[in-house]
Amino acid sequence: MNEHLIKEENLVYKKPSTLLDVSMHYCPGCGHGTVHKTLMEVVEELGIESNTIGVAPVGCSVFAYNYMNIDMQQAPHGRACAIATGIRRVMPDKYVFTYQGDGDLAAIGTGETMHAASRGENFFTIFINNGIYGMTSGQMAPTTLEGMKTTTCPRGRDVKTMGYPLYLGPILAQLPGVAYVTRQAVDSVAHVRNLKKAMLKAFEYQKQKLGFCLIEVVSNCPSNLKMTAVQANEFVRNTMIPNYPLGDIKTPEGK
Amino acid sequence: MGEIRLMKGNEALAESMIRSGCDAYFGYPITPQSEVLEYLSNEDPMKRTGMVVLQAESEVAAINMVHGAGGCGKRVMTTSSSPGISLMQEAISYMASAEVPCLIANVMRGGPGLGTIQPSQGDYFQATKGGGHGDYHLIVLAPSTVQEMVNHVRDGFELAEKYRTPVFILADGAIGQMMEKVELFDQIPRKTDAELPQEWATTGRGSRKMRNFITSLNIQPEKMEVINHHLQEKYRTIEKNETRFETYKIEDADYIFTGFGLGARICKKAADMAREKGFKVGVIRPITLYPFPTAVYQKYAGKLKGILDVEMNSGQMVEDVRLAVGDKTRVEFYGRMGGMIPAPDEILEHFEKIFIK
Repeated sequence: MNEHLIKEENLVYKKPSTLLDVSMHYCPGCGHGTVHKTLMEVVEELGIESNTIGVAPVGCSVFAYNYMNIDMQQAPHGRACAIATGIRRVMPDKYVFTYQGDGDLAAIGTGETMHAASRGENFFTIFINNGIYGMTSGQMAPTTLEGMKTTTCPRGRDVKTMGYPLYLGPILAQLPGVAYVTRQAVDSVAHVRNLKKAMLKAFEYQKQKLGFCLIEVVSNCPSNLKMTAVQANEFVRNTMIPNYPLGDIKTPEGK
Repeated sequence: MGEIRLMKGNEALAESMIRSGCDAYFGYPITPQSEVLEYLSNEDPMKRTGMVVLQAESEVAAINMVHGAGGCGKRVMTTSSSPGISLMQEAISYMASAEVPCLIANVMRGGPGLGTIQPSQGDYFQATKGGGHGDYHLIVLAPSTVQEMVNHVRDGFELAEKYRTPVFILADGAIGQMMEKVELFDQIPRKTDAELPQEWATTGRGSRKMRNFITSLNIQPEKMEVINHHLQEKYRTIEKNETRFETYKIEDADYIFTGFGLGARICKKAADMAREKGFKVGVIRPITLYPFPTAVYQKYAGKLKGILDVEMNSGQMVEDVRLAVGDKTRVEFYGRMGGMIPAPDEILEHFEKIFIK
């Protein structure tokens, strides 16, 4: 009934045109929706929707192509960085990114990620770190914290038998082919704003062909953490971020 | 006449790749096909045609790079040998489902396992019956000469693009390593960006309103079954249009020797030797292993006294020969394994032992 008020000049917020007008399948409170929207806002603001190609992983965000109105390929589990290498090498003037979860990137896809980074491939990777497997319903991820309970470490992650959490961002930062590694989060508006700035930078570095860039996003998984959306964000704030501190890990300026 | 050269099978395949207007090759070293990557690296195809050559960190990465570049509508190829091809199967299944065209060559070696680096034909089942998971086929071309290594690359790219499917060249270590005279065709220009297939490829949206996406995921069973039916219809069309074979001295034959690739080549010599001894022997050589040339076996089966199938494995293609002829004629098998190659006189001896004595 207040539709007459919704005029362009009155809008303080709208969905980016680069997001398709469909309902997302993500659980209430899940960080994927926020990261998708932020990424597509950046693509819209840069006006590069016609020459950007994305790669979706296996995991909850396998359906990213249902939401983003840019050309996309869906990769076999862990292989997104190899797919993106193939794309970027034959389409050197396009913007290319991969969007991967922690299981996809830091477990099954560690090899492809390391080598794409080491070659300095000119694309960037969004790395969703929520400390747990989402799509398969809550198993231990490479990023699961010590003592944290999942369906495959129901008594908590015992690092002596299950290994330690893998901090892939700082490892990748040591490679000469890598231009930019940053860790951001989506638990608060302020953090989402920082994430957006990081994405803008990653596209700019790709334009300058500076090498591989990684944006790690500390996110949540309310359904599998068995928490409400609010609790899941508190978990990100109080437990995940202290273990995965936010900020730039490597920048082209050498900071 | 095209340019004539004396070339190794692997090098001829690599040269043909450049001349076929290939946009990118992604590969990983493995004996006995490493010359492909070495030849390409030495030729610097980026300078010649703008073709990308990249040594991947694994066969898994190489085939996924092929997936990415092929999904952009580009002409893309990888090569490997048996163990490496096993590693590629997951992505090949994805590409069959998502209908990503590409060309893959397997220069087979003996297995199972790490096996031997000597030539074998032990991957027939893997190549023709799927190989990866799910319900799919690849078009499989089996060269028996170095010249066919050249021709099958050009033809393979055309078939891959015509049917939007991965195409497979099933060669063996001997064809890859042997040197023969080849005639090379002139350079085919690489596709321009304007020629990329806008109806499906991820080229960047450009002026399109809606995105293209490449996926093999159809989580609703009703939709997945539609995709399955679509793929199966495509395979029926391929069976109808693309079945290829060669026959040799077959019209008056009482017996047929049959095999593929190198095995078939040895069969021809064995057939000639049999004829010198007064036995009317001909040869059927499938060129496409999928689709299998069932009809040619059926055509001759009724008037034959028997078929001897010769392979460098424990008897794989022979199952398709038996399926084709049923009980119309007797089908026997002779094979060598482990990287051993059957000699013509060995084949003749077994033929006489089985059918004549």
